[in-house]
Order: sequence, then C-alpha cells, then structure tokens
Amino acid sequence: MPKDGGIGTSPKRREDIRFLSGTGRYTDDINLHGQAHAVFVRSDVAHGRLNGIDTEAAAAMPGVIRVFTARDFEGCGGVPCGWQITSRDGSVMQEPKHPILAEGKVRHVGDPIAVVVAETLAQARDAAEAVMPDIEELPAVVDMKAAVAEGSEKVHDDLTSNLCYDWGLVEDNREAVDRAIKDAAHVTTLELVNNRMVANPMEPRVAVGDYAAHSDESTLYTTSQNPHVIRLLMGAFVLNIPEHKLRVVAPDVGGGFGTKIFHYAEEAFCTFAARALKRPVKWTSTRSEAFMSDAHGRDHVTKIELALDAENNFTALRTETYANMGAYLSTFAPSVPTWLHGTLMAGNYKTPLVYVNVKAVFTNTVPVDAYRGAGRPEATYQLERIVDKAARELGVSPIELRRQNFITEFPYQTPVAVEYDTGDYHATMDKLLEITDHAGFEARAEESKRNGKLRGFGIAHYIEACGIAPSNLVGQLGARAGLYESATVRVNATGSLSVMTGSHSHGQGHETTFAQVVAEMIGIDADQIDIVHGDTARTPMGMGTYGSRSIAVGGSAVVRAAEKVINKAKKIAAHLMEASEGDIELKDGQFTVAGTDKSVAWGDVTLAAYVPHNYPLEEIEPGLEETAFYDPANFTYPSGGYGCEVEVDPETGHVEVLGFAAADDFGNVVNPMIVEGQVHGGLAQGIGQALWENCVYDADGQLLSASYMDYAMPRSTDLPMFKVDHSCVTPCTHNPLGVKGCGEAGAIGSPPAVVNAVLDALNRGGHAVDHIDMPLSPARVWAAMEAARANMGAAQPAARAQETAGGRSVGTP
Amino acid sequence: MYDFDYDRPGTIQDAVASLKAEEAIAFSGGQTLMPTMKQRLAMPSKVVSLMGIEEMKGVRLEGSEVWIGGATTHATVQRELAESYPAMASLAGRIGDPSVRSRGTIGGSVANNDPSACYPAGTLASRGVIVTDRREVPADEFFQGMFMTALEEGEIVTAVKMQVPERAHYAKFIQPASRFPLTAVFVAKFADGVRVAVTGASEMGVFRWHEAEEALSSSFDAGAVEALATPDGTDMISDLHGSGAYRAHLVKVMTKRAVAAA
Amino acid sequence: MKIEMHVNGRPVSGEVEGRTLLVDFIRHDLRLTGTHVGCDTTQCGACTIHMDGAPVKSCSVLAVEAQGAQITTIEGMANADGSMSAMQQAFQDCHGLQCGYCTPGMVMAATALLKETPKPSEAEIRHYLEGNICRCTGYHNIVKAVQSASGQDVTPVAAE
Repeated sequence: MPKDGGIGTSPKRREDIRFLSGTGRYTDDINLHGQAHAVFVRSDVAHGRLNGIDTEAAAAMPGVIRVFTARDFEGCGGVPCGWQITSRDGSVMQEPKHPILAEGKVRHVGDPIAVVVAETLAQARDAAEAVMPDIEELPAVVDMKAAVAEGSEKVHDDLTSNLCYDWGLVEDNREAVDRAIKDAAHVTTLELVNNRMVANPMEPRVAVGDYAAHSDESTLYTTSQNPHVIRLLMGAFVLNIPEHKLRVVAPDVGGGFGTKIFHYAEEAFCTFAARALKRPVKWTSTRSEAFMSDAHGRDHVTKIELALDAENNFTALRTETYANMGAYLSTFAPSVPTWLHGTLMAGNYKTPLVYVNVKAVFTNTVPVDAYRGAGRPEATYQLERIVDKAARELGVSPIELRRQNFITEFPYQTPVAVEYDTGDYHATMDKLLEITDHAGFEARAEESKRNGKLRGFGIAHYIEACGIAPSNLVGQLGARAGLYESATVRVNATGSLSVMTGSHSHGQGHETTFAQVVAEMIGIDADQIDIVHGDTARTPMGMGTYGSRSIAVGGSAVVRAAEKVINKAKKIAAHLMEASEGDIELKDGQFTVAGTDKSVAWGDVTLAAYVPHNYPLEEIEPGLEETAFYDPANFTYPSGGYGCEVEVDPETGHVEVLGFAAADDFGNVVNPMIVEGQVHGGLAQGIGQALWENCVYDADGQLLSASYMDYAMPRSTDLPMFKVDHSCVTPCTHNPLGVKGCGEAGAIGSPPAVVNAVLDALNRGGHAVDHIDMPLSPARVWAAMEAARANMGAAQPAARAQETAGGRSVGTP
Repeated sequence: MYDFDYDRPGTIQDAVASLKAEEAIAFSGGQTLMPTMKQRLAMPSKVVSLMGIEEMKGVRLEGSEVWIGGATTHATVQRELAESYPAMASLAGRIGDPSVRSRGTIGGSVANNDPSACYPAGTLASRGVIVTDRREVPADEFFQGMFMTALEEGEIVTAVKMQVPERAHYAKFIQPASRFPLTAVFVAKFADGVRVAVTGASEMGVFRWHEAEEALSSSFDAGAVEALATPDGTDMISDLHGSGAYRAHLVKVMTKRAVAAA
Repeated sequence: MKIEMHVNGRPVSGEVEGRTLLVDFIRHDLRLTGTHVGCDTTQCGACTIHMDGAPVKSCSVLAVEAQGAQITTIEGMANADGSMSAMQQAFQDCHGLQCGYCTPGMVMAATALLKETPKPSEAEIRHYLEGNICRCTGYHNIVKAVQSASGQDVTPVAAE
C-alpha cells in the first residue's frame, strides 16, 4: 500500500481551496494602477485588400488614448512559427509573415486590423466602432482541395500557392506500400473528415501589459500554458525585448486544451502598447472574439486505405490528408498533421508497411493548431474507423480483427519512425470488455429494440506518443525549440521547500501531484512543500504544459532536482553523523546510518546547510538548492481500449450515449483521482467532437458557429457517468517515475469509439450505413438512414446525404 | 453595450408613459435582450424595466382559464401551474436553465416572438389571448412571423391568458448548442377540438399545423398523425443544425410524441 | 445612477451607468473576482450568483436591476466559522473541479438546486446544471459532488 499522500494515493487537491472560495487569481482578476483598455477592430470579411484605415474619428472620441494600426509595428517582427517542415521534394515549407495587425490584406474573419486603447473598456468599445477600414473584398479561399488547385485565389500573394508543404512519411516506403495495396487480398477504403474544433477553455484569453520605465522592464500577464515560450518568442522575434528585461506571468489559468500554448498578437500588442504609452494596457477577449481569434483544432480531410492478406493480417496502410493551416502558421501548427500524426499511423497494429502523405493548406480561416491530442486523435480516428469498416466488409468481429493484428512484443519499432517501449494491448482489451459488460450487450440490445431504439457498441484502441520530447530528435524534425523541462528545488533553512517547475498547471493539479512526488522522496509532509509555476521571474527556463508532458517530463525534472538535493543532504548528514556518505539512508524525513541507530532529522540537515557551523565547507558549498533540466530519451506511449454504448432514436437520429468505458495503460500513476478526472474531461471533449461540436464556415469564409448559440458544447445532460480504469500498467522504461501521461488520452481514443457505436447501432437496425462524418448530429444520422433507405438493395455508397456534405468543416468539395 | 437611460416604473400606466421616449425599449427579464444589446444589435436610448410592476406579476386560475402576468418569470409559471396546467408548467421548466428561468418572463418571450421560443407555441396551442396595455389580441393574430407581432409602438404585453385543455403535452427536440427547440410541438386537446402549434421549424415563426389538428380532432391518437403526409419543408429553417426537410420530419415525429404523451 | 444592495450580507452602494452589468459591478466595483465571465450569450453560467435567493446569470442582469436586492456570490458561501460550505467541501472531496473557472458558478447553481430539491437524482442534477458549462471535468465528478453534498452515498473517488 502506498503511504498516505504519497505516490499512488489520491490526496485532495490543494489548489481547490482558492478556486472554491473565489480567491483564485486569473489574469482578468489583475487590474494595475492606471491601466488602459484595448479593444481590437477585426475583419468582418474572410479575405480582402486593406486599402486604408481611417482612425481619425475614433481617435477624437472620449477617453481614447491612441489608435494603433500596422504602421506602428514597422520595427517589429511577425508572430513566429516554431516548427519548420520539409516537403517530400526537400524544399522547406512556405512560411508567410503573420503581422500583429493586418498589413495590406485581411485574411480571415477576426483578423485584427487596428486597436483602440482608451481610459475605460466602454470608451474603447465605442471608439472601435468608429474605426473605418477600407476593405476591398476578395474571393475567400475556404475549400482545401480547391485552394491547391491551379489558378486558385491566393491567401498570401507573396507565396507561390496555398500549399504550405507536401510531406511524406516514410518516403522510402512509398513504392512498397503502393505495391502491397495493389497485391492485397482485400483493401478497405474510407474518406473522412476530422471536424474543426474550437478548444473553448472556459476562461477566455486575457493579456495585461505593464512597463517599468525606471528599470526598462516589461511584464506581461497572460493566459498561457507556457510563459517562458511566450517570453522567448515575443521577446526575441516580435518586440526585440531581451529576455532579462521581460517577465511573463501566467497566473491561475482557466483551462487551455492547447489553444493557450501559442503566442498571439494580442499579448504582444499589450506588451508593446504598455511600453509605447508608459502605462498598463489590458485586453480581455469576449467569447465571441475567442471564436474568431483563438487557434482552432483538427480540420483534416483524409483518404485512408488498409490492405489485408487472405488471413486478415494487415499488410499495408496508405493515407492522404489535407490539413488546414488557416490563414497563418500558428506556433506549432506545422508539426500537428506531420510529426504528431504521421508517426502514430501504425497505431496498436503490426502493419509492416505504412505511408502517410500530408498536404498542409492555407485558407481564409482562423489559424489551426494543437487541440487536446493534436494529430494523435486524427491518426487514431482514421485507423479505428478503417479497422471497423474492414471488419464489417470482411464479416469478422472488430474485436478479433484488432486482436489478431495487435503488436505484442516490445520494444516495437514501427514503420513510421517511432519505437514503442512498452504496452499490453490485449490486457487493455480484456479489461475493456470486462468493465463494459460486453457479455451482456445482446440482452441490452434486445431491451432497446423493444423500446423502439437501436443500441450499438463500438470500440477503439489507441496509442499516443506523449511526454514530448527528446530535444535532439525534434530538432532534426524541424522544431525550433528544445522540449526538455526544468525544476528547481529550493530547500529553506527550516526544512520546508519550494519546487519551481517549468510545467504550468491550468487545471491539471500540479500543486498536488508534484508535491506528492517530492514528499514521498524525502519523507516529509506535503504541507512543507510549495509548488511554484507560471512566472518566468520565479522559475527556471521551462517549456510548459501540453502534449501530456507534465508528469513525464516536468515530473522527471522535479525528481532529478530532488535527487540532487537529497544527495547533497546526505553528504551533510554523513558529516553530522561522522559516517560514510554511502551508508546514509533517507526515510520518513530521517537520515540514518545503515546498521546503526544513528539518525538526524531532515530539518537538522537543512538548518546545517544554511547555518554551516559544523559543515564540510571544504567539500561542498553551503545552501540546499538544486536545479535539473530533464530531456527525455524517448516519447512515452500510453495506450488503451475505449468502449461506447449508444442508443439511436431511429425516428429523429438522436444519439444518446448510455455508457462510456476507458481502460488505459498510463504506466505508473501518481494520483489516481486526478488521472481519472483528466480522462473524464478528455472523454467529454472526444464525445463532443464525435456528436456535437463543429466549427463551420460558409463558402464566403463567414464563421457560422461563432458563439455557444451554434457551437455545441457538451452539457451535463448530454453525458453519462464514465467507467475509467487504469489498472493495466506497463511502466515507461525511460523516465524515473515510470509514468506515461494521461491528459489527452480521453480525447484521442473516444471519437472513433462513439462513431463505431452509432454505426453498429444503425447496421444492427438494418440501416446499411458505412460512414457518417463527425459530428454525428441528429440531422446527419437521420439523413444517413434516409439515404440508406433510398439505396436499399443497391450498392451502398458512403452515406453522405446533403446535410453531411454541406455541414462539413471546410475542406472537401 | 451602448449606454442608455433606465427607468423602472411601478405601474402599467407609468410604463406606457415612459416608453413614449424616442428609441425606448421595454425590458422584461432581458434574457434575450441583454445578449442582443451586448452585441450592439439593439441600441435603445432608454430601457424601461417592467420587472417592478406588481400588477403584471403572478398566475391566476379563473375557471378553465389561466391568467399569467407579463412580468411573471418562467420559474414562477413552472411552480404555479404544476397542478392546474402541468404541460405548461413543464414547458416553462424546460426553457433555458434555472438562472434564465428566474429572470426571463412570459411577456418578454411572446413580445419577442423568437422563431425558436417555447412560449409562442404554448400560447398559440392553448387558445391564448395576449393582453396589452390597450387591448386583447388572440394569439392567432398576435404572432405574425419571425420576431414579428401585432404589438404597436410602445405597446406592452401585460398578461397572457390561456385556456386549460383537457390533455396537452409539449414535445421538444433541442438544438444541441443553444438548447432552444430545433423543433418543438405543443399539442392541446380541448372538448371541441385540438390545437397543434409548432416552433423552431418555420421561417415564418410559430405556426399551427392544421392538417394534424383536423386529424386529431376526429381521433386523438398518434396513429392519426402517422397517417398524415410530412409537412412541406420548403419554407422551413435550414441551417447547420438541420435542413428544412429534417425539421419538417421532426414536426411530424414531435407531434406524434406529444399526442402519445398528452 | 446610484445603486444600493446587500452583497454577502453587507450593505454596498455604487455609482453605475444604465448599461453596467451586475457582474461588472461585482467584479470591478466590489472587487469580488470569484464570479467569472465565460461567454456573452447567457449560456455558460460561470457568472451564476444568487439574487434574492434565486440563481441568476449576473452577466445578463443590469446592475440597476439589482437595486435593493440580496446578492450572494461565491465569496459569501463559506460557513460562519470560515470553513467551506458542504457544497464547496464536496467539490473538493469528489474532485469536481480542475481549472476552477466554471467552479464558482457551478457551486452557486448546485447550492440553489439543493434548496429546491434536497436529495436530487442524477438526472435532476444534470438537468439543473444544464446552463453551467464545464470544459474540464466531463461533469462526472460534479454530479458526484452534488450527490455527496446532499448526503447521498457516493462511490469514493478513484476507487471505482
């Protein structure tokens, strides 16, 4: 049994006290003396030539301090992109300038054109309406395939086309894959859309810029998942402020889900304007503004082909994906459809040959970047849909087809560059079938039938690469940053300690879990440990939280720093007890000498470190503070099996999720309560993507789903209680805690399980539907049933009634 | 929001007088008006709150008729009609969410006549009469299309009167984002006939499905609806949540379900 | 315009414009920043407070409409001795929050529910909280927190 509050237990979250009492400090809660308010004037057209901006009337309005346009940023850089992809032909991707405020053209609805800074928010809003941009509207580029066709209107006039890159993995396998597909006993083909998502953390983005003239220092308070990355990108590439003169603080942050990773124009603006005006400048996004300015997620259109031999073994897999970049390259956008997606296309299966092609396309839409899962949900969705479709075509059980092709020996080198260290996919499948009561499904289906409903069961397996990432590897792949993590353990004289981490908690509960790790290592109470994060002035260089990396990379850095502290403390203890350092043991906060009854307490050693009267000064320095940078040796590979049970109302097409179960292998788990909460949240987002959420543009590039009136957020009434299990454990082999990460799994594994369940229900009910694009809204499910009814007896095309095709996220004709 | 003057009269008479100001607008809970004003789609110079007018509040049962004051919140209707008109209480209890129900009012809802609002369907099906500061207008004449009503400039909905049917039910199929009806049907069976009112579906706003009313008047049975042709979807709302054809289909399905549950 | 009201039991007053939202009066004038704003269409519920005992979305109430009202915000939910209320404690015990942004509104709505329905079923809880959007928890642990706060048996967290 783990010790109370130690690794493997579920102590209550420490941060909850402030969140529950209303004393949390989010960025919008920060109001600085003398602060002015910024309101952005944004484009209401998708594409247009910006011939001029009349700011005169606005500038004369009450309370207006200054109106900013692109001209004010002539000495500044654009918003940089952090990853460079190389195309199949060896050329580097096309990388357009992303100005802070639109220069010459507007390129998506919401593209910022000007900013009004005024004494009050209301005055700034009033004046923003008086800014008159002169925009000559141009045809909008919305459809990805049309965008890369010869003669298309260009989003960026200075690029050769709307194609950002054309990438292949692994190019050397291409011909062998083509041949294997040609020679296969059976080939299953599927065209599908991974719908565009809006991350929608409940806290909209906020930025407060401040400037101290006496020291020439800028401070930015911002809603970020990685304040150091913002400091680096904004300081070095946009505003030319040296890092030592720039502090970035991300205080309590109300959810991120990826969209708060990226560096945004608004935060650069507030930092810039505070310097220009010599007073604090604050911007708070409205939700409506968030829909057209926060980076979106997903938005892939894919054709996937799976080849099988006569015994139903997978022999080859080929995909062709169009990935929407939107109008500009957001911070990590190019990496998402490539290295975070192509490398996962082996999935849980020993398919010997895989080839992935991705064409990234510029369109007149909001930039697209990482959203919970980032590339891995897209890969998993394709794979788990095509496997299910193959099983239906071949008349075999989708469970057995998966089992037959599961990878069973580890480490496993995939044909798409990554090597899985551990996993046990049969174990998670067994656990899934147990917790879903799969054996009782047929009886439940009968019961539904009696009630006039169609019940279906769908499964999906996933593998993800997280704990990103080995810096030298990602450097070779085009990353313009390292992906290590840092930690400083600062021990105070009285034995309490502060742990400064480069990870950032915006809901993940690091203040609890990281304290559990350190408390267990030293054997002191977690109350003695403070976790500090989110402030570049208080923590060493960090890379932040995304890609399920906090415990695997940030936690490992904490372990390494704590080990250094303990090693030094043991030296001090050895001196105090006149023993050999090699004989010192630390347990429950006591240093002992093996084989003797000698001991000194943790607090005696820490006091000696700061009051070094009896201290080995000739060997070691006073003080007890250590920093570690941890760079992982490999990705981690969480995996799991997900099962969904639905009931479809055949009259309306409404899908009710009756049950959802997740059997995950996260390796070792530090706090099971928090891990389960992470899975719950991921499931809600994945089920949301599968059934309700959809970011839709019309042909003119107008954003139709621009508020919660049209973008369907999962509500309490939409979801069931979940069954989550993490008892299948194959520890990670290359990090000190044996942990893999759990933040994204729920969102990665759930969409195909839901879609497979709905299709199972329809087919059991006699509706021969082999695919419906997400979200499986009632209208789409009904239309698919209608189309299947109309085609009864004929060969079944993919069920794409009018609603499905017309309601798609941008991309396909 | 643009700034505006604010007035909170205590009587209907004072409210009418106050609304005579240029660009004045009546405010009756604001659960629709506030978001509209925040988007600067409405820019009144003066907001006249009806929430302080006691004579416009409450629910009274008068024989087979209920009188609901225009400034009565959904939460109050839900509570007060639970025994006497459960189908209407159920409608009120499913509008928005508890917070919206503690501010939003029936007067605001019918005066706004949102094409996806619940009360216009309930009122129309219940042979409702809209009482204003100057006249009484039958619901059939009051609702005149999407966001269009018989209200004149400065006219206030002071109450809504409804007949309590023998049997009734409101079958609502929600749009998953807004939670407003994608299509909802209120069926009310009276001794001398049946009313079927549909909201959420038509470009023309709330409407009565006369074919279904006729069929149900002779046989109040879901089977009678089943036998009908699906209404024409040509003039129905088509948006990212569903086509006109889908909404037309839902009209029939929801009518059947309302009848079965009534 | 001058307004007066009671907030968390204390009389307060302030000078506001007609257009001032109650949530802005609470956050900016009274500096009670526990009440949050998550949308502009009266849907997310992060700004839920109690006004004369009923839950309201304070982003959709004019400050002037609250003239004379009794207002309670998350800052006024603790017990008299400063300890967390049963609902607040249940949210911590059941891990009913992650980022904490929707949490104050969620606690206010859930507290209002128990006043109306002391022992709600799972379906009643879900129905009542339909106007409070949480992006982190999938609602699972929120539902359990409300069950727990109402004295109903709840499977211990992380032992299912």
